[in-house]
Amino acid sequence: MSEVNWNRIKDRSFKYFGIGCTVFGLSVLVVFLLSIIIQGVARIDWDFITSMPSRFAEKAGILPALIGTLWILVLTAAISIPIGVASGVYLEEYGKKNRFAKFLEINIANLAGVPSIIYGLLGLEIFGRIMAMGGSILAGSCTLALLILPVVIVSTREAIKAVPDTLRQASYGLGASKWQTLSRQVIPASAGGIVTGIILAISRAIGETAPLIVVGALVFVPFVPSGPMDQFTVLPIQIFNWVSRPEKEFGVNAAAAIIILLLVTFVMNGIALYLRNRWQKKIKW
Amino acid sequence: MRRKEKFIEALLALCAGISVFTTVGILYVLVSESYGFFATVPLSEFLTDDQWTPLFADQHFGIMPLVAGTLLTTVIAIALALPVGLTIAIYLNEYAHPKLRKSVKPALEVLAAIPTVVYGYFALTVVTPFLQQIFPELAGFSALSAGLVMGVMIIPIISSLSEDALFAVPKSLREASYGMGATPFQTSFKVLVPAASSGIIVSVILAISRAVGETMIVAIAAGQQPNLTANPFVPIETITTYIVQVSTGDVERGSLEYKTIFAAGITLFIFTFILNNISFWIKKKFLQKYE
Amino acid sequence: MLSISFFACSDKKGGPPSISIDGSSTVFPVSEAVAEEFMAVNPNVRVTVGESGTGGGFSKFSNGKIDINDASRPIKSKEDSACKANNIAYESFMVAYDGMAIVVHPSNTWCNDITVEELKRLWEPSARDSIMTWNQIRSDWPVEQIRLFGPGTQSGTFDYFTEAIVGTAKECRTDYTASEDDNVLVQGVAADKNAFGYFGLAYYNNNKDKIKAVAVINPKSATPVLPSIETVKNKSYSPLSRPLFIYVTDLALERQEVRDFIQFYIDNCAKLSESVGYVSLSVEELSIEEAKLAKFLEAHPVKTAQ
Repeated sequence: MSEVNWNRIKDRSFKYFGIGCTVFGLSVLVVFLLSIIIQGVARIDWDFITSMPSRFAEKAGILPALIGTLWILVLTAAISIPIGVASGVYLEEYGKKNRFAKFLEINIANLAGVPSIIYGLLGLEIFGRIMAMGGSILAGSCTLALLILPVVIVSTREAIKAVPDTLRQASYGLGASKWQTLSRQVIPASAGGIVTGIILAISRAIGETAPLIVVGALVFVPFVPSGPMDQFTVLPIQIFNWVSRPEKEFGVNAAAAIIILLLVTFVMNGIALYLRNRWQKKIKW
Repeated sequence: MRRKEKFIEALLALCAGISVFTTVGILYVLVSESYGFFATVPLSEFLTDDQWTPLFADQHFGIMPLVAGTLLTTVIAIALALPVGLTIAIYLNEYAHPKLRKSVKPALEVLAAIPTVVYGYFALTVVTPFLQQIFPELAGFSALSAGLVMGVMIIPIISSLSEDALFAVPKSLREASYGMGATPFQTSFKVLVPAASSGIIVSVILAISRAVGETMIVAIAAGQQPNLTANPFVPIETITTYIVQVSTGDVERGSLEYKTIFAAGITLFIFTFILNNISFWIKKKFLQKYE
Repeated sequence: MLSISFFACSDKKGGPPSISIDGSSTVFPVSEAVAEEFMAVNPNVRVTVGESGTGGGFSKFSNGKIDINDASRPIKSKEDSACKANNIAYESFMVAYDGMAIVVHPSNTWCNDITVEELKRLWEPSARDSIMTWNQIRSDWPVEQIRLFGPGTQSGTFDYFTEAIVGTAKECRTDYTASEDDNVLVQGVAADKNAFGYFGLAYYNNNKDKIKAVAVINPKSATPVLPSIETVKNKSYSPLSRPLFIYVTDLALERQEVRDFIQFYIDNCAKLSESVGYVSLSVEELSIEEAKLAKFLEAHPVKTAQ
């Protein structure tokens, strides 16, 4: 067989192999989502969302876990957004020349690669023990805020980088100070990208399980937390608890809770994607 | 006016400095507790003992079973994700219609957005029974089940980042190759992959790093039995699941058993730190700049 | 940052009345049931129940960190000394009986009964890496690897089992899947043809469709006895039957909500323990516990809330 034909065969077979792999990746996703939906969708009703956990699977609900997730979401955002955006602004706008900024850059890149459970250990010792927050929502939020900080910082930097310099120069040309330029021109212009990054970061935070377990989120929490110093649980941990129970009915509960969690995750990612598209279209200077 | 500017700059710098606080905090926590641990358990025993039984009456503190568990699941995950991910990247880049690329890439990225506890559930309730039909001797908790599901989770890391790297290779190289009569297969493997190799390697290291740090999938599907083994069909325990196991049991603060989670933690931190820095270094050194 | 430190300083005492329970995962289903029923009639009280294991619970108990410890064995002298050292006085109440079920996978056709001596050979420390296959226990069993599941070292079930079977508490081989969470053990045995495990009777009773019990040959009568509520009650299931306890600190009993809770517990433990698969105390035994509580409550009046 000629060399050319052999090459063609290799090419053709690789093409099919490529299609196969892609189909494999997509079909795992589809099988996965379908099996969970089939198992859990019937269980979802208003009672499920508003009930406390129980030893009876039919009565068990996700209310404390859902409220806990919302608390964590709000507090983590409140802590990480100001610090993250400020850091990103500093690194991108002020810190270009000095060594301190270079050092920070390397530091943040390293932190982004640290496994989430190590942040859990950090939270346990520093927030839980030394700052005496115990296994509270506040300790959990502080821990997760530190975890997603590198992501917020990097997205802020990318968004600010995308703002063309002409805008800045025009502002300085009119006599504005650096901070005025930043606060009135640059940051508003990059707001879309910043918000996108924040949403993606928060979306990651609400799916986290291990660091919160280490910090001390409980498993049987039959009450709705009423303040940041309260003990709590979140949806992923409630799912983890139900998955560990052998009764089949709890498997159904777990699937239903997963659907709720995925809904929240996908909605947030969808909003982020939509915003990113709109923002990218807008930058047509 | 200038004072206000300086003040704002200082305030922003302070916020950026919080990242330093994080790193210092992590190092302080890991080192201070591990120090207490290593004062009692000699480093040689930690590295060479083949059993990890700190919670039993007969205590052994050899980290190797946990390291073996971590390596085994990671190897299985990469064995699945690397060929599949790279093939998808090459296929989308060279063979597929641009519209297909636009819709498939984000769809695969959804795989990376799913919370890991959900993957763990999938591994335990769907993958393990399925595998047990193929391998009847497969235990209910195994490295194989967890490793394969982890592999699926990290496919998008390799496929998307490698595809980006391939995409960045300039058209001129591509066209030169086709101009000489090469097939897409030859172009991809002999020209594009070598040109994009730094980006591809970085994506693989990132995927490895993610697999090493993964907790929930293994906690749910791989069991909790530290086992110095290369057999994928039996239960194992990784560094990360040990930390979670002890945290749920809540051992007494300050005890030797409590310190073991930090000894395990610092081992994990050193691993991922080295991996991340290798990736950084590769990116810097081998990034080919095209004019 | 200022607001965060403000939160950290805020006073916890102003919160709703709460009761913290931790300890044995064997007793957990009983305490969970009692907590649920109690909160149904006392919705303003918060009861949290953890599963750190009897030993883990006692170490928190002796530090005054929890109000009630669920215990599947009596308190040890070391733990009692720790309580004394921290000025923690306590009361204990028996609340139910439990059997430890020996379980295997439903498709396991060969293992139907087992002697205490065989259990010892399987679980003693020297069995590690040496007793690995079924036929090493009984020669007509298959030559396949046994996969062991059992509670971890924080568990009272672990202490009791090792003492009753191996002879000394905590003496055990270390190469098995250990978990304080009995649900994990049920899952493990239910998923593995060659699994062999042990845990509380209630977890067996609630999962009969997934796992199979192995009859234990009673050392005195030499007859194989399956674990059940009846056989534990009439003491024929031996030596793996034992009483379950709750321990309460005297300090906790100064609070009205804890007194109500303990009263509720003892009043309802017979009905609720059976509902979750355990064995209730006899009528005489129950009245002894009721009297013990009444005597204590009378001698120690309620302290008004600070």
